[in-house]
Amino acid sequence: MLFGIEWDTSGPLVFAISILPILLLGMWVTIQATVLGFAVALVLGLIWAILKGAPSRLISWPAMLFTEFLRDTPLIVQLFFLYYVLPEFGIILPAFLTGALALGLQYSAYTSEVYRAGLEAISREQREAARALNLTTIRTFTHVIIPQAVPRIVPAMGNYLVSIMKDVPVLSVVTVLEMLNVGRIIGDRTFNYLIPLSMVGGLYLIMTLVASAGLRLLDNWLPKQGIPLK
Amino acid sequence: MTDTIIKFDKVVKRFGDVTVLNELDFTVKRGEKVSIIGPSGSGKSTVLRILMTLEGIEGGVVTVDGEPLWHEGADMTPASEAHLRKMRAQLGMVFQSFNLFPHMTVLRNITEAPVKVLGLNRVAAKARAEELLDLVGLADQAAKYPHQLSGGQQQRVGIARALAMRPNILLFDEPTSALDPELVGEVLTVIGKLAEEHDLTMLLVTHEMRFAREISDRVLFFDQGRICEEGTPEDLFTAPVEDRTREFLGSILKES
Amino acid sequence: MHWTDYLPALLEGAWVTVQLTVYSTILGSILAFVAGIGKLSPNSLLRGIAVVYIEVFRGTSLLVQLFWLYFALPIVGQVLGIDLRIPPVVAGVLALGLNIGAYGAEIVRGAIQSVHHDQHEAARALNFTPRQTLLNVTIPQAVPEMMPSFGNLAVQNLKDTALVSLISLGDMTFRAEQLRNFTQDSTTIYSMLLLMYFGMALVLTAMMRGLEHRVGRWRRAGV
Repeated sequence: MLFGIEWDTSGPLVFAISILPILLLGMWVTIQATVLGFAVALVLGLIWAILKGAPSRLISWPAMLFTEFLRDTPLIVQLFFLYYVLPEFGIILPAFLTGALALGLQYSAYTSEVYRAGLEAISREQREAARALNLTTIRTFTHVIIPQAVPRIVPAMGNYLVSIMKDVPVLSVVTVLEMLNVGRIIGDRTFNYLIPLSMVGGLYLIMTLVASAGLRLLDNWLPKQGIPLK
Repeated sequence: MTDTIIKFDKVVKRFGDVTVLNELDFTVKRGEKVSIIGPSGSGKSTVLRILMTLEGIEGGVVTVDGEPLWHEGADMTPASEAHLRKMRAQLGMVFQSFNLFPHMTVLRNITEAPVKVLGLNRVAAKARAEELLDLVGLADQAAKYPHQLSGGQQQRVGIARALAMRPNILLFDEPTSALDPELVGEVLTVIGKLAEEHDLTMLLVTHEMRFAREISDRVLFFDQGRICEEGTPEDLFTAPVEDRTREFLGSILKES
Repeated sequence: MHWTDYLPALLEGAWVTVQLTVYSTILGSILAFVAGIGKLSPNSLLRGIAVVYIEVFRGTSLLVQLFWLYFALPIVGQVLGIDLRIPPVVAGVLALGLNIGAYGAEIVRGAIQSVHHDQHEAARALNFTPRQTLLNVTIPQAVPEMMPSFGNLAVQNLKDTALVSLISLGDMTFRAEQLRNFTQDSTTIYSMLLLMYFGMALVLTAMMRGLEHRVGRWRRAGV
């Protein structure tokens, strides 16, 4: 049993039905890890983007090197690093948070690029026009740049959300009970890997399709020219 | 060998709901130089594209050198790819946007089809290509890539490339419409030379009226998918019979 | 222990990582072309197979695919009465190759479709067969378009090889885990591991950029 739910190995279909609730509980963990990881990636990515855009090279170059480093090293190794090394410096986090942090860190390298590309795409003319109209920097940002940047950024960020979801199984190595880990444990205990792992695959496919469809809806809903200010 | 090399017999062509050619009839004689003029959307390019097997037909029969193009066999079944390939070998086309292969040098652009399609060996193909480059006045550009050439030069390469396959019929689909005005002349010179020195059958869709008048044996004025009027250049340009022809020629002259 | 003591084990693992990357990238490239072109085929069976392959392997996690091949496939074999147990290295190369093949297929398809329709008309007018057009006209023009994305995919593949450590394949990550279990010196070992991956990624990126350069030579002629 897992999560307090028993399974029934009397027949393949019965087995499959009995483990479904367990897998769905694992899916809930997967979803939580995805959302939290994405949130971390969005916040950190913005910070790196700002640092990378800093006028001083003392700040921007290390920032660029760091994001390149994050981008070029495997998630699982970053995860191991955080999981085993942080405690040696006195920081002890539950496995789930370590996992979400690792996800967020790895993807912050990608999201920072999306921020930079999105902001740069708002042509310099827009910023100059804003300056000519004597808008303050903050007003320029909130009323001119961000409403135009957001529709451009959302699709790319959405794709990364889906990618994060597909990377969540890596967290199983630090015992996070996400969906693949749950499936594997069931397999370990019943010696029948085929049904649980195939179901995990199928459920993942469904999640991906739902997420992609949701993204497409969001993309259609967002106005292309920029979010109108009321 | 009959005298007629191209025959359109009640040809119908539709794009979705729009009927572009409505029971079109016309013939072209072997060795004739025919210009096709008319407003955009009148179906001029479509006629060339049908001949070049780039578009099919919804009705009627197209005959090239006595054989149906888009049909085969005694019972006129729709043509197979093999039949189209056989028929296509008699035709060549020069495109409005040149359509040279950007990843090949000028020389390779011209030799590629003779080698790969006709099975010519590379040496013979190269010799043929050099001869043709001479003909179009680009002998020294053989090693360049298309993007290094001007539009006029690219189009001349396009002509050489089509000629390399030794077609009997050469189709020109608005060959100078995409060119800057200064470059139009060099291409027209080459086409004119071809018209004069070779007994190729040529079909030319163009807006260059003066040129059409100079080189054509016959001019066809297309309007709304049918031939509104046809005749010798002298007849059509100086004394058009139909009002629509007059209207069209008038508006063209007003522009130039 | 001094960090240099860890080098032999890590370097042995690094060699496994390199081999895994090379083999799976080759497999992936072949699959990418087959599936990418297959998805554009007029034959609906070929197209269907390509679409299913691409959607399944892009829509599920690599680790799921790896575990399925290593743990679940043998059971399919049991049911069918054939021995479908595969050694970790085969499962690893297969999963990695199938995975990037699916992503690569979309890149290949996109690049092929980006070749202008006019080029196909010109080829048809010159009487090239569809296969000749694909090989001599379309693909040479599509390849430079694919390279930047392929470069990213190659680095992604390198990173993904770390997952095979979870089926006990002796790559760099596996060796590092072993060392850590033995010496508890997490900080040094994992820092070295990260730096080694970083170094490999930089080398791989440079190689891909070199390839990109070679393949796009005709675009820059005379410029």
